[in-house]
Amino acid sequence: MNVVLDNAGDIALAFIYTLSLFVVAGVLSLIFGALLAAARVGPVAVLRKAAAVYVMLIRNTPLLIVIIFFRFAGPKIGLTFGFVDIRVADIRLNNLYAACAVGLIVYTSSFVCEALRSGINAVPLGQAEAARAIGLPFGGVMSQVIMPQAMRHALPPLASVQIALLKNTTVCGALGVFEAFARMRGLTNDFASARTEIFLAFALIFVVLVEVLSFVAYRLERRWRIA
Amino acid sequence: MSAAPEEDISAGRGEPLVVLEGVNKWFGDLHVLQDINVTVNRGEVVVVIGPSGSGKSTLCRAINRLETIDRGAITLDGKPLPQEGKELANLRAEVGMVFQSFNLFAHKTIRENVTLGPIKVRKMSKAKADAKAAELLDRVGIGHQADKYPAQLSGGQQQRVAIARALAMEPKVMLFDEPTSALDPEMIKEVLDVMVDLAEQGMTMIVVTHEMGFARTAADRVLFMADGAVVEENTPEEFFTNPQSERAKDFLGKILKH
Ligand SMILES: Nc1ncnc2c1ncn2[C@@H]1O[C@H](COP(=O)(O)OP(=O)(O)O)[C@@H](O)[C@H]1O
Ligand SMILES: [Mg+2]
Repeated sequence: MNVVLDNAGDIALAFIYTLSLFVVAGVLSLIFGALLAAARVGPVAVLRKAAAVYVMLIRNTPLLIVIIFFRFAGPKIGLTFGFVDIRVADIRLNNLYAACAVGLIVYTSSFVCEALRSGINAVPLGQAEAARAIGLPFGGVMSQVIMPQAMRHALPPLASVQIALLKNTTVCGALGVFEAFARMRGLTNDFASARTEIFLAFALIFVVLVEVLSFVAYRLERRWRIA
Repeated sequence: MSAAPEEDISAGRGEPLVVLEGVNKWFGDLHVLQDINVTVNRGEVVVVIGPSGSGKSTLCRAINRLETIDRGAITLDGKPLPQEGKELANLRAEVGMVFQSFNLFAHKTIRENVTLGPIKVRKMSKAKADAKAAELLDRVGIGHQADKYPAQLSGGQQQRVAIARALAMEPKVMLFDEPTSALDPEMIKEVLDVMVDLAEQGMTMIVVTHEMGFARTAADRVLFMADGAVVEENTPEEFFTNPQSERAKDFLGKILKH
């Protein structure tokens, strides 16, 4: 256990990267996914098609490939994310970090979209009709009436998507972000004799984080339960 | 049920407000609306009656463009219904609609149900919208339940809230599509009372209902629909005591039995 404790600072730092990736990609994928879902059920045929193609393409592509695209192919077409360079104490968010975050957002949004779409389908048609009848335009119908209810219906699958995202951040470790997985690999290389405890410690922290997420989702589900 | 309306909603009584001219609609092969010509004047209460599937709901929904029509024209206050977008949304705000299944926003409180339109569509301040909602909810007898959620109210209460929600937009005309058909018998009266009140205050109303009591007390005219067409149009008294068409006689015979 000493190895873990001796390196607690580095491990904490690694998990700050992990969590920041999770929060950034989590929030933005919820927003972008909601826009995609709105496009998929909206009145504009071109947007409906475009969103459907997006989901089909991205959902069927392995995450690693999506992130590699932004990390390596992106710069070739001008997507360098060079403008991203944020330092907060020991934390440095650079272009690699941005490429990985964008990959996570792009990938996760397609799952958020589909979870929300199932939620939208669970909202009775009369809700949208009543919203239209008081004069709300499409955007108002979606944001005021449909999405808040769809979110509630979609909460369990959305929680699964976000939990998957938390674990998916480890893929970024393979591509240069010093998050938890990269740090763990570093430690197991440096302290080969303590491999098991290092593995266990990292696994345990992930389990705890996922449990916290599940708990939050559970509480939201209870609080938002449509009376 | 108190509080007189702050403005005279019956101003200009008697002028045409909702005019349908040669309205036709098909659902595939089904000719749901067949050459409908109807004029509803300001301040008038028109009851639409007819067997299930005769096109009554479709007629209501066409008037606030929840359904498109294939031929003919519908005008509201002299203006044709716009096709899409902002203008259409504005028009819908002028036409209040009350549904058979209430359709209150399930995730919003009673107060929020009533204030959503005024705040988001009419851009009213929250304070003003709340005050207006309080007044309207008092008027329909739900004032003390404003913080509850729709599912915590009975069907009759929910329908009265739905009426208040529509009134909050200060519509020119109110459409009611079988507002009491989903209610238990003991709750029907409380909703009809609110509607009769509204009629007495001069609101222009188009009401799909089989409640003959309401038609007799509040309606100026009855339209009888069958198979997508308006078959008969008369005063309530004449229609119920002396129906002209075979379809109407047959229909009244059936609903009078129970
Ligand atoms: N969206 C729709 N698609 C196809 N047919 C419909 C649709 N809505 C209604 N109809 C049909 O149109 C006819 C008239 O329906 P409706 O206006 O609801 O009648 P009513 O309200 O008088 O019972 C019915 O035969 C119904 O099945
Ligand atoms: Mg109907």
